[in-house]
Amino acid sequence: MAERGGRGTSSGGDSSLDKSITLPPDEIFRNLENAKCFAIDIGGSLTKLAYYSTVQHKVARVRSFDHSGKSQEKDHHSNMPSPYEIQFQRDHSCDVHFIKFENTYIKPGVVPTIQRPIERRKDVMTCLIKGCNFVLKNIPHEVFAYQKDSDTEFRFQTNHPNIFPYLLVNIGSGVSIVKVETGDKFEWIGGSSIGGGTFWGLGALLTKTKKFDELLQLASKGQHTNVDMLVKDVYGGAYQTLGLSGNLIASSFGKSATADKEFSKDDMAKSLLHMISNDIGQLACLYAKLHNLHKIYFGGFFIRGHPVTMRTITYSINFFSKGEVQALFLRHEGYLGAIGAFLKGAEQDNPNEYSWGENYAGSSGLMSPSPDLCPMQRARSGTFDMFEMDRLERPLVNLPLLKDPSTYIPDTVDLTDDAMARKYWLTCFEEALDGVVKRAMASQPDSIDAAERAEKFRQKYWNKLQTLRQQPFAYGTLTVRSLLDTREHCLNEFSFPDPYSKVKQKENGIALKCFPSVIESLDSLGWEERQFALVKGLLAGNVFDWGAKAVSEVLESEPQFGFEEAKEKLQGIENHSVASCLCEGPPHKCALIFADNSGIDIILGVFPFVRELLSRGSEVILACNSGPALNDVTYSESLIVTERIAAMDPIIQSALMEERLLLVQTGSSSPCLDLSRLDKGLALLVRERKTDLVIIEGMGRAIHTNYYAALQCESLKLAVIKNSWLADRLGGKIFSVIFKYEVPLK
Amino acid sequence: MCGVFFFLLVFPWFGLDIGGTLVKLVYFEPKDITAEEEEEEVENLKSIRKYLTSNVAYGSTGIRDVHLELKDLTLCGRKGNLHFIRFPTHDMPAFIQMGSEKHFSSLHTTLCATGGGAYKFEQDFRTVGDLQLCKLDELDCLIKGVLYIDSVGFNGDSECYYFENPTDSEKCQKLPFNLENPYPLLLVNIGSGVSILAVYSKDNYKRVTGTSFGNMMSKEKRESVSKEDLARATLITITNNIGSIARMCALNENINRVVFVGNFLRINTISMRLLAYALDYWSKGQLKALFLEHEGYFGAVGAFLELLNSA
Repeated sequence: MAERGGRGTSSGGDSSLDKSITLPPDEIFRNLENAKCFAIDIGGSLTKLAYYSTVQHKVARVRSFDHSGKSQEKDHHSNMPSPYEIQFQRDHSCDVHFIKFENTYIKPGVVPTIQRPIERRKDVMTCLIKGCNFVLKNIPHEVFAYQKDSDTEFRFQTNHPNIFPYLLVNIGSGVSIVKVETGDKFEWIGGSSIGGGTFWGLGALLTKTKKFDELLQLASKGQHTNVDMLVKDVYGGAYQTLGLSGNLIASSFGKSATADKEFSKDDMAKSLLHMISNDIGQLACLYAKLHNLHKIYFGGFFIRGHPVTMRTITYSINFFSKGEVQALFLRHEGYLGAIGAFLKGAEQDNPNEYSWGENYAGSSGLMSPSPDLCPMQRARSGTFDMFEMDRLERPLVNLPLLKDPSTYIPDTVDLTDDAMARKYWLTCFEEALDGVVKRAMASQPDSIDAAERAEKFRQKYWNKLQTLRQQPFAYGTLTVRSLLDTREHCLNEFSFPDPYSKVKQKENGIALKCFPSVIESLDSLGWEERQFALVKGLLAGNVFDWGAKAVSEVLESEPQFGFEEAKEKLQGIENHSVASCLCEGPPHKCALIFADNSGIDIILGVFPFVRELLSRGSEVILACNSGPALNDVTYSESLIVTERIAAMDPIIQSALMEERLLLVQTGSSSPCLDLSRLDKGLALLVRERKTDLVIIEGMGRAIHTNYYAALQCESLKLAVIKNSWLADRLGGKIFSVIFKYEVPLK
Repeated sequence: MCGVFFFLLVFPWFGLDIGGTLVKLVYFEPKDITAEEEEEEVENLKSIRKYLTSNVAYGSTGIRDVHLELKDLTLCGRKGNLHFIRFPTHDMPAFIQMGSEKHFSSLHTTLCATGGGAYKFEQDFRTVGDLQLCKLDELDCLIKGVLYIDSVGFNGDSECYYFENPTDSEKCQKLPFNLENPYPLLLVNIGSGVSILAVYSKDNYKRVTGTSFGNMMSKEKRESVSKEDLARATLITITNNIGSIARMCALNENINRVVFVGNFLRINTISMRLLAYALDYWSKGQLKALFLEHEGYFGAVGAFLELLNSA
C-alpha cells in the first residue's frame, strides 16, 4: 500500500521516505507505474498530484479473413462460418489522473524533497486560467449554477462553444479577481484580502475551532440572525422607501456589539460566512459591472463544493447584480491549478490538440464534503478526490448541421430533475448488472481472471449507482447516457473492452447470410410497397438490441428469433405513410446515417435502405462508433461488413468504388450520441458532401439523446421502444416505433 | 424660510437620528433669549436647556461632543449654538422614559427623527412618551445635513478636509478642502453598515449599493494574540474592504470625489488615512477621499433642518 505511492512521489526512491507516506488502496493511484510526467502542487492544506500515463489495456480487434475462405473458423454452436476474426490485443492509450488529498497524508519530512513546481504568483494564475479554459472547453457539464431552494440544487450548463469572456473569482486565503478574454489573454483586475483565510482565521478566533471543514459544519447549523443586526432590528420592519427587506443584514455581527451575552459558535460561524461571502459577492459584482461581464466562475478552496458557501455567494451575486450577473461554479474547481500546471508541463505532447473525456470510472465526482451526506463514498476513498481524463486520439467538434450549437442539449430527460425517471433507470441498471457481468465473463472464456475482474466490475459499477442515488449531480446532469457511459468506462477499467464481440460476430455472420434473400424480396416489390418495407425493415432491425432487457431475454431464450419475428413484434407501424414522403421528393444530395446495432440491424435493416438511397442517386455517409459499446456496430466492424456486402451486391460495390458510400467513425464509444462531440473527419465530410439528410437510429441515439435535437436540414429519427416503462411514459406499448421526420422551417 | 413666522416654532429645537448602534441628537441652544423670554420660559424647557448645555455627559452613556459645537449660528432669525450629543441605541427606552418623566409632550414641540429607529421606536414614543414623531427619510436627511454643515463651516474653519501624504506619519497633513461645487460626489456613510450614495444635486441622488460589512465589533478575546493586534488587524481589514467597494462604486459611477462620513470614522485616524491612501493608490491619483468634521451627525442635522422647514 505504502510502497506504490512512495515510489512515485519521492524522486530518489529513498526507502525511508516510502514509509512516511501512507497512501490509500491501489485504486486511487491507478496506472501510476506507467506515469510519464508528473506535476505536484503542495498547497497549505491540500496536495494535488497530476500524472500522465500511458495505459495498457485490452482491445478487441476485428480482422477480415483471407478471401480464400479456407481458414474461416466455424462457430461451435451453429456451424456457421464467422464473417471475420476477433483478436484481443494490448493497446496503449493516454490518460491523465488528478488526485487531490489533504496534507495529513504527508508527514512533514517529505515535503521538502518534493519540488513545488509553481512558485510565482503569475505562474499560479497562468496555471489556474489554463486549467479553467481547459475544463470549460473539454468537460461536459463542467459548469453549474447553484440553487438551494429548488428541487435540483445543481443546474448544469451546456458547454457553450464560446467560453469567453468571463470573470474568474478565486477564493483562496485571499481573493483574486481575473478577467479572461481569450485563451491567452487574461488580466488580474482586482482582489481582496478578505477571503477563505479570513473566514478560517476569524472563525478560529471566534469559535476556537481550528479545522476549516468543521467551521463550515458549524456554519451550516447556525442562525446568523442571532448575531447579525438585520434591517428589521433597526427599523422594526422593512425599509419601505429603499425596498429593503426586513431580513436583510444591516450590520454583520452588529448585535454582538451591544448585547451582553454569549453567542453560540454555530451562529457566529454562520454570520462570518455570510459576511465574507456577501462581501466577495459584492466586490465581484462591481468588477463584473465595470467590465461588462455576465458570467462569474467562482473557485478556490473556500468553495470546494460546500453547499452553504455556494448558496451564500449565489444569493449575494443575485442580490447585488439584480440578476444581471450569474454566479457559476465548476465541478473540478479544485483541480484547475493542477490541470494548468500539468498542461504547461506537457506542452510537447500538444494536449490542446486532442479532445478529452472525463472517465467516470476513474473520477470520484462532485461530492458533498459533508461526511454525513455520503458516508459510503467517504468510507471508500477517504479524503481523496480523483479526476481522470481520457485522451481521445482524434479531435471532437460540433456537427456542422446543428441548428444552434449553443443551445443543443443531447439528452432528452434530465434525471437529476426527474426523480421518478431517475429511480426507474437506476433500478433498471441495477437489475441489468447481473446480465452484464455474465456477458463480460462469457466474452473472455480463456482468461483465468475473468471471473475476478467481472466481480470487481460489478462492485465498482454498483457503487457508482449507489453514489448516484444519493448524489445524482456527482458527474454533471444525470442521464441515461451518463449511466450507460459509466458502465462502459467501468467495463474498460477491468479489461472488458468489448463483451459483445462474439455476439456481434455471430449475428453479423447470420445476417450476412440472409442479405441476398432480403434484397431479392425487396426488389420484387413495387415502389410504394418497397418504401414501406424498407422502413419496416429498418425498424425491425432495430429490435435487435442487447442493451434492452426485454430483447436480450428473448434473444437468450429463443435462438430462432429473427428478422421476420421482429417485424411481427412492431407496434403502430401500419400507418406510416411518412415513409414514402421521405423518398417522394427529388433525391437528397447526401444522407448521413448514424447506425445502431450490429447484425440484423445494420445488415438487413440499414443496408437495404442505404442501397435504395444510393440507387436514387444520393450519396451516403455511414457513421459508426469508434469504439465498442454494447452490441453497437463499430467502425472497424462496419468496414468488414460493408466489404462483405459489396461482394454480394453490385450497387453497394460500385458506390464504394466511386466513393458515393463513405464509412466514417463518430469519435464516440457510447451507446448514445452527442452531436456536439463528433469526430472532426466526419464533420469535414458532412460539409464537403453538402449533407442534406440526417438519419439517427436507435433508442440510445434517437430517444435517450437527440429526440429534441434541431438540425438545419431534414432529419429522421427512428427507433423501437424496447422498454415498457418508457413506452408507458410515452403513451404507447412496448415495441412501438418512433418515426420522427422533421423538415426545418425555411 | 420661516422669517416672520419664526415665533410659531416653539423651542426646544431638536433633530434626532436613531441608528442601529448609536442615537445622534442635535440641539439648538438659543443664545439671544431676552429677559422676558427667560421669565416666560416654562420650567420644563429651562431645565432641559440647562441640563443639556451645562453637562458634557448624560447618565453613564450619553456624551456631548463639545469640540463639535457650532457657535453663533443664525437660524430662523434666532442666534444660538448647535450641540451634538450621542448615546447608544439600546438606551433609547430609558431616553423615552426620561422624556415622559420630564413631561416633554407638554412643550408641544415636534420631534423630527430619522434613521431606522424612527420607525422602530415610533410606537414607544407615542405610548410611553405621548410624543408624535415626525419620521424623515434617512438618506434625504444625510445629504441635507452634509450640504448645510459644509455651507456654514466649522466655526470659521473648513468642515471638509483631506489628507496629504497619508502613509507618512511625519509628513501626513490634514488640509482643508473647498466643497463649494460638490457635485457629483460619492457619499459613503459608514455606520453599523455601509450605505453608498451617488449625489448629483441637492435632490438628485441614488443609492448605489449597501453593505452589511461595516463597523463590525466583536467581544472575543484571545490569549495567544494580543487584543491590540487583533483589533488593529480587524480595523485595517474592514477599512480596506470599504475602501475597495467605495472605489469600485466611484469607477462605476464615474465620480472622482468620495466623501466618507459616519461614526466609524470618529477618532479613527487610522481608518481615514488608510482610506485616503487606498483610494489614491489604487486609482493612481484619480480619486480623492474627503472627510467631514461632524462625522456621524449629518442625519440628525438633516432632521433638525426639516423641523425648521416645517415651520
